[in-house]
Amino acid sequence: MKGAILWAQPLLLILAAPLITGCVKKLKAVLQNRQGAGVFQPYRDLLKNLQKEEVVSETASWIFRLIPYVAFSATAAACCLIPVVLAGSALDFAGDLIALVYLLALPRFFMALGGLDAGSAFGGMGSSREMMIASTAEPAFLMVLFTAAVQTGTTRAGPIAAVLAQSGWGAFGPGAALAFAALFLVALAECGRLPVDNPATHLELTMVHEAMILEHSGRSLALLEWASQIKLALFLTLLADLFVPWGMAMSADLASLGLGLLVLALKLLVLILALALVETSTAKLRLFRVPDFLGAAFVLALLGLLSQGVLKLGL
Amino acid sequence: MNLLALCAALFLGGSLLSLVLCERPAWARQASCILAALASFVLLLESSSCLLAGTAYAWAWTGPTALGGFSWSLTPFSALFTALISGLGLVASIYALGYAEEYDSQAGSLGFFYNLFLLGMSLVPAARNVFTFLFCWEVMTLASFFLVILDHEKAEARKAGYLYFVMSQAGTACIFAAFFLLYKSTGSWDFAAFPAAAPGLSPLVKTAVFLFSLIGFGTKAGIVPLHIWLPHAHPAAPSHVSSLMSGAMIKTGIYGLLLVVCSFLGGGPWWWGALVLALGALSSVLGVLYALMENDSKRLLAFSSVENIGIILLGVGAAMIFQSLGQGSLAVLALTAGLFHAINHAVFKGLLFFGAGSVIKSTHTRNMEEMGGLIKRMPVTALCCLIGAMSISALPPLNGFASEWLTYQALLSGFGLSAAGPRVLCLLASAALALTGGLAAACFVKAFGISFLALPRSRHAEDAREASFFEQLGMAILAAACLILGLGSAAVVSILQPIAQALLAGVVSMPAAPASLVPGALLAVMTAAALAAWVAVRLIGGKPRVRTAPTWGCGLPGLSARMEYTATAFSKPFRMLFAFLYQPTREVRQDCTLSPYFPRNIRYSSEITFLIRDRLYQPVIRALLGISYFVRRLQAGSVNLYLAYLSATLTALLLLSVWRSR
Repeated sequence: MKGAILWAQPLLLILAAPLITGCVKKLKAVLQNRQGAGVFQPYRDLLKNLQKEEVVSETASWIFRLIPYVAFSATAAACCLIPVVLAGSALDFAGDLIALVYLLALPRFFMALGGLDAGSAFGGMGSSREMMIASTAEPAFLMVLFTAAVQTGTTRAGPIAAVLAQSGWGAFGPGAALAFAALFLVALAECGRLPVDNPATHLELTMVHEAMILEHSGRSLALLEWASQIKLALFLTLLADLFVPWGMAMSADLASLGLGLLVLALKLLVLILALALVETSTAKLRLFRVPDFLGAAFVLALLGLLSQGVLKLGL
Repeated sequence: MNLLALCAALFLGGSLLSLVLCERPAWARQASCILAALASFVLLLESSSCLLAGTAYAWAWTGPTALGGFSWSLTPFSALFTALISGLGLVASIYALGYAEEYDSQAGSLGFFYNLFLLGMSLVPAARNVFTFLFCWEVMTLASFFLVILDHEKAEARKAGYLYFVMSQAGTACIFAAFFLLYKSTGSWDFAAFPAAAPGLSPLVKTAVFLFSLIGFGTKAGIVPLHIWLPHAHPAAPSHVSSLMSGAMIKTGIYGLLLVVCSFLGGGPWWWGALVLALGALSSVLGVLYALMENDSKRLLAFSSVENIGIILLGVGAAMIFQSLGQGSLAVLALTAGLFHAINHAVFKGLLFFGAGSVIKSTHTRNMEEMGGLIKRMPVTALCCLIGAMSISALPPLNGFASEWLTYQALLSGFGLSAAGPRVLCLLASAALALTGGLAAACFVKAFGISFLALPRSRHAEDAREASFFEQLGMAILAAACLILGLGSAAVVSILQPIAQALLAGVVSMPAAPASLVPGALLAVMTAAALAAWVAVRLIGGKPRVRTAPTWGCGLPGLSARMEYTATAFSKPFRMLFAFLYQPTREVRQDCTLSPYFPRNIRYSSEITFLIRDRLYQPVIRALLGISYFVRRLQAGSVNLYLAYLSATLTALLLLSVWRSR
């Protein structure tokens, strides 16, 4: 039973990811006094793109066709490393949070190659910028994860969430608060959200992630978009897992799973609202301000880690 | 017959045979490569049997020397490095069967020095006394020096060779000083005598030995700031030699450091480890930052070797800190991580240098801006290089990821130490490693993407041909090794742990794994997810309908290579981000007739400043030159003056002897 739940929860995350993106879009529309499309619109977009003909550049190589599958599968595998409803993950025996970071680096590596593969200057520009942002976001991301690891003595996501969930509100000390803020900033950068990148535009001067995948179409595009929706869902879940894990199901019985699901939905809703608020209230940063933004995230994470690991404040 | 002796004979035979056959280049190449491959193969078997079964081999030859003659033997620790060197030597020799054709005009000398280089290098880890060690060390260094200046018609190669020669001899002098200090306190040149005498040494002598060996072996390993020879010397040599220099030779520096610090001295105060850790962090970050700026494919790889040596030293330094604080099992974990990364770096760096060599052989340029589109012209080379690039960027499930993961675990376990200083150091080192990882991925996206993808940027790249069979075979073996070492990381770690444990004497318990890593399971889940996605897409979308069309050329007719993003442009954001380090200078010149809005042609050049060279080495060089100019006045070329010196010295000596005898 428990094993089945552990494998079902990444599946839930993967299938619900477009809904989360849909909710973000809807909330943003409401905040901007627009009506906006329904929350299920991303599913319709995916279905539409899946049925379309694919146009591939004649300059591109076999790597270009492989990218959507690498992106999707690595992101999906990363989902198997974190707890969602039940405190534990299917791949706890095979990997941990460090593996999670590098599993997420794998699609980026391939997508950046894809940006160069078609030979267009836009793609190359997107790849270059994406790698610059990623290389400054990654240290901050790892420092955040280390803060959680130091607090609990393990790098595996399942046990971390379980330990924190059982240790009461005291676990959310100053270190955790700093790390939470840092991870939120990192999530904005990693998922290509405002103020780092704008997911809603194809203007050449502003785009990073969208420029990189510009040449993809049809089912390739569908898979890539799905992968980035999963990534957003994964980051929001991770924020909930590592810092506010209370209410997570500790055992695989129906009552606590139901409760866990409900609590998770609430937590995600709050995070989605926060994301929508940030995205409506900030303007996109100039590209060379982004490292400062991520530098701030890194400093926050480092302070969190110092107060948690060295000064032993909090838990 | 003793197997070590057999290997030596085979290497010597290979070097002599290629000299004899130098009139027939193809024969000379084949003879030297086959004999080198055979010798390496025998040595690989021997050392891996020592590694796995623990059987020790020894070979002593008391020659007519005052210093105790030659003595070699394989312990598991030295067998590990011998296996690494001879393993890469074997694959490099196979690769060279095809690749060295490029150098057939110098086949005799190439084969001669190549075999000597391999001979010296493979016997370094097995040496059991000071004389043998330094002899092998110098054979390795001098033979590689001659390989660096193989293209001695080029001023660049001569300059690289000169720099390499000066730096490596200065390094050897420091190593000799370290050994001499040990000899002074023990009265023996034998390695076996050193560990027993170590507890009796004064802390000052111990520290001096440590610092001398850190400088000496650090020069060979290419630690920042002693790395300046590496980005010049490695690219100048033929690529199979570059791969051996980067993959294997710099590891002898790590071996020597471990030998002196762990085996002879038995560890030291924690600031030794802190120094090594700090140098490791500095090397890894600076190495990758400079690699990112390079557009020369081989110089890029050379700088990346500096980075990887830094990562290895993070493991070694952490181990030294843990050992001095009495955390034995953590030390074993950290040292295992360092040793694992040393092996992995040999594999993927060897592979990438092979790839770079084949590309250069085919396109006749080292400048990435003139490559492009090679994935369609050299598909096998491209696939192997992609695997190497993924591995060096620490992407799962390949081997680079496995060892960096273990290094992270080691550094993380340092967060639990009771002393605050080491704890903060481990924290900062893990941050440096995190930064390095992200930058390395950017660096190799650039290197692979610009050289292999999109349209060819020059005529040479357009006419590129796939590498020869033996080149492909060499690359394929190493690419497979990247995957196998990644998937089998648990098995490799279980072989390395006893070695680390033996080195850090006094450890009884094996470290408990902080978390487990099964790259195979990650790969399996990814494969399953990809298959599921493929099936789902097929079910929803039906048969794939794909149309090929040209890439949009921004409205201009046809996409040309000049519209592509370049390597310089790719690294531009990093150049701006780290401008305080690079201090880039740029010059834009445009010719225009009517107005500046209609330029006829534009020249753009951009350069970065190498701060360590300019701020650290230039003052030293200037001071040395100043002293030399001053001393030169004494030697003005006049015979009369020299006679005056002679008589003055003679008088002074006579006076001295008279004064002494009184």
